[in-house]
Amino acid sequence: MEAYTAKVREAAQRLLRETKVDLVMGFQRGTIPLMSQPVLIRNANEAERLHWDSCCGSNLANYLPKRKERIAVVAKGCDARNIVVQILENQIKREQLYIIGVPCLGMIDRRQVLGALQGREPLSVSETNAHLVIQGKGFEEKLERSLFLQDNCAICIHRNPVLFDELVAEPVPEQTEVDRYEDVRGIEKMTADERWQYFRDLLAPCIRCYACRNACPMCYCPTCFVDESTPQWLGKGIDPTDTTTFHFLRAYHLAGRCTDCGNCQRVCPVGINMRQLNKKLEKEIKERYGYETGLSIEQRPPLDTYRPDDPQQDFK
Amino acid sequence: MGIEPGRLHFSWISSAEASKFVDVARAVSEEVRKTGPSSKLIKKLPEVA
Repeated sequence: MEAYTAKVREAAQRLLRETKVDLVMGFQRGTIPLMSQPVLIRNANEAERLHWDSCCGSNLANYLPKRKERIAVVAKGCDARNIVVQILENQIKREQLYIIGVPCLGMIDRRQVLGALQGREPLSVSETNAHLVIQGKGFEEKLERSLFLQDNCAICIHRNPVLFDELVAEPVPEQTEVDRYEDVRGIEKMTADERWQYFRDLLAPCIRCYACRNACPMCYCPTCFVDESTPQWLGKGIDPTDTTTFHFLRAYHLAGRCTDCGNCQRVCPVGINMRQLNKKLEKEIKERYGYETGLSIEQRPPLDTYRPDDPQQDFK
Repeated sequence: MGIEPGRLHFSWISSAEASKFVDVARAVSEEVRKTGPSSKLIKKLPEVA
């Protein structure tokens, strides 16, 4: 996917020169390998800083809500769906945006790569469509790209952006033979007590740093419920009841809004797979309302729609 | 999330439906009483001498 870099730079230069946009949101090389980082470019001369590879997993939609400028944003499939939700929720206007769509083959899970290197330090990384070549002091390792994808990318069914003004490449084939809910069904089969224990163990390492919330493009409330003090809804420490409440409440706030971009899990310093909570709600929304998040700016999401002919009669 | 069945209830009651509110509140409290004291989502405050 490194080949996209030239296309992204070219688009950024063109848009800034023609003053079609005030700034371009994209990625630049990180200060260490495997960590490309978000960058805002305001000057066409700076477009050379833009970069694209398989380590651009961060979700740039996170930086959009309530901005006033005209923005060109580089968007993968998941990012584009988040932008759709933000448009539906009036956080940004479609007219403000120029979406540079990136057909995505999945992003690399840095932790898995580091695990495979068994303590050896990567100093540079290059890639082809099928492989990653990692070089370090006294070693070169060729890894199969598809085996090191982020968990959410491995089960992604919307790799191509759904909303864009231009694409940097031809669309990639979508994955059709993936089972998105295997783990969720396993949890559904548990008894109430087993499930309680399962979630206790899942969330036990949480240190309440809120990195997951801060990285989430859908968590844009000016004041999050966890930060409110009048009333204070839940304690600030790592009491398991407070931690559980935080994660579950956040998951409910994301029902029908989460696109499984995986940014929460990606940034978690203790490696909690909180995506399982979001995926359960994604599955419910799909089964109950036949709705998949962020595919169209024409259709209102099910949880902000009321129909007088609501079929549920026994809702006493 | 592992809360035992019967402890959590949802209802939709209009502000004009006072008698429905009474019925539902009564039924819910009976039902919850049957499930006994809760052991989940309980937070123990630090004990102060």
